[in-house]
Amino acid sequence: MVEKIYPDAIAALEGLLFDGMTIVAGGFGLCGIPETLIDGMLAAGTRDLTVISNNAGVDDFGLGLLLRNRQVRRMISSYVGENKEFERQYLAKELELEFCPQGTLAERIRAGGAGIAGFYTRTGVGTLIAEGKELKDFNGETHVLETGLVGDLAIVKAWKADRFGNLVFRKSARNFNPMAATAGRVTVAEVEEIVDAIDPDHVHTPGVFVRRIILATRNEKRIEQRTLSMVA
Amino acid sequence: MAWTRDQMAARAALELRDGDYANLGIGIPTLVANHIPPDIDVTLHSENGIIGLGPFPTAATIDADIINAGKQTITELPGTAYVSSADSFGLVRGGHIAASILGAMEVSEGGDLSNWMVPGKMVKGPGGAMDLVAGVRRIIVLMDHVDKAGNPKFRRENSLPYTGRNVVDMIVTDLAVFDRRDRRSPFRLIELAPGVTTEQVAARTQAHYIEELT
Repeated sequence: MVEKIYPDAIAALEGLLFDGMTIVAGGFGLCGIPETLIDGMLAAGTRDLTVISNNAGVDDFGLGLLLRNRQVRRMISSYVGENKEFERQYLAKELELEFCPQGTLAERIRAGGAGIAGFYTRTGVGTLIAEGKELKDFNGETHVLETGLVGDLAIVKAWKADRFGNLVFRKSARNFNPMAATAGRVTVAEVEEIVDAIDPDHVHTPGVFVRRIILATRNEKRIEQRTLSMVA
Repeated sequence: MAWTRDQMAARAALELRDGDYANLGIGIPTLVANHIPPDIDVTLHSENGIIGLGPFPTAATIDADIINAGKQTITELPGTAYVSSADSFGLVRGGHIAASILGAMEVSEGGDLSNWMVPGKMVKGPGGAMDLVAGVRRIIVLMDHVDKAGNPKFRRENSLPYTGRNVVDMIVTDLAVFDRRDRRSPFRLIELAPGVTTEQVAARTQAHYIEELT
C-alpha cells in the first residue's frame, strides 16, 4: 500500500531536491505558507532555486529564510515589497526577478497544472508586463499571451489531510495553495492535522495531486499587519 | 475647503449600488468600507480569495488565516465565501466585480492609470492592481489632487509606467470629482469640494476636461 504520510520535512523532501530546480510554493504574504517544508529546504541547502510564489516572505520568516541563506537565484512573484534582504540582493544583481500580475500568476500556475501551455488575458496589456509578449485581439480587445508554469516540486500548506492526500485548506490560507498543489511534478503538503476521513464533498484538493504529506511542526502563522477594531 | 480623506472615501462610497460586489484598494480606499450606506448591501471582495469581508477583529477574535489583500487581519461575515486566488481573479477578469476603488500616483485624461512603479526606486511589484483594472467593470480612483511637490496628478499623459491603459471611469480627489460617460468620452468636472472654485481646480490640473457641474 502506498504510504503518503512521511515522518518529517527532511524525509518528505528526500530524493526530490537538486540544485537549479524550480519550486512552486503556496501562500499569500505569510498566510498559508509551508513553514515546516521551508525549514526542510533550509536544512537541505539546495541552491540556485527558481521559486514561483506570490510573495517572497519577510527577512526572517517564510521564503525570506531561503533568500537570506542564498539558496534562491530567481523569483517569479507579483509583489516583493516586504523584504529588505530581497531588495539588497536584487539591487546587487545577485537575484533575478520576474514580475507577474497576481491574477496572471495564479492562472499561470493553474494552467501549468492543468496542462494548458498558455492563455490570453487583458491583464497587463499596454504595460511593461506585456513587453516582448505576443498580443492578439479578441472581440476588438487586445490580449497578451501568458504561459503556464510548472515546477519540479510544489510545497503547500493545508489545514487537514487524510492518508490519501486529500486536502482541506483553512479560510484565506487557501490562496495559491490549490493551484500550487497541481503544478509540481511532485507535490509535498504539510498540514495542521491528519484526519481519518474527509467528507468527499469537502475535499478542496484531491489526493491525486499530493505525493507526500507531513504533519506540520511549525504553525507560527506570523501576522504581517495586525489590525484590530476599536472596541468601546 | 478641501475634502478630508474620510470625506473623499464617503463621496466614493456613494457610487456603490445595492447588490454590488466591490473591491477596495489599500490606503484611503479602505476607508470607503466605513461609509457604505446602511440601507444597501455591498459585498467586499479581497483578491487573495475572500468574498464578503468583515471588519477588523478584536484581540479575542483575531485569526492569522483571515487576512485581506493588504495582509491586514480581518473577519468573516454571514455569507462569506473563501476561494482560491485563481478563482478570485477569475471573478475579477470575468467582470463579476462591479466596482474597484483604488489609489493612484497619476491618471491621464485618456483614463490611463499609474500606481505601481517609480523608476529608479525599488520596485515592489504590481500585486493585483493590473488584474483589477483590466477586469472590474468600473474603476474609481481616490487620490490627492496634487502630489507632495504640488504637481498635478491628473495629467495629459502619465510620466510613470502604466498599470492599465484607458481604464479609469471616475476620479475623486480632495478638491473635486471627475467622471466620464464611457471609455471613449472625455472626463467631466462634475463636483467641487465645499469652497473650492473651478479656477483652483484648473490651476492644479494638467489634464483636459469639460466642466459640467451639477
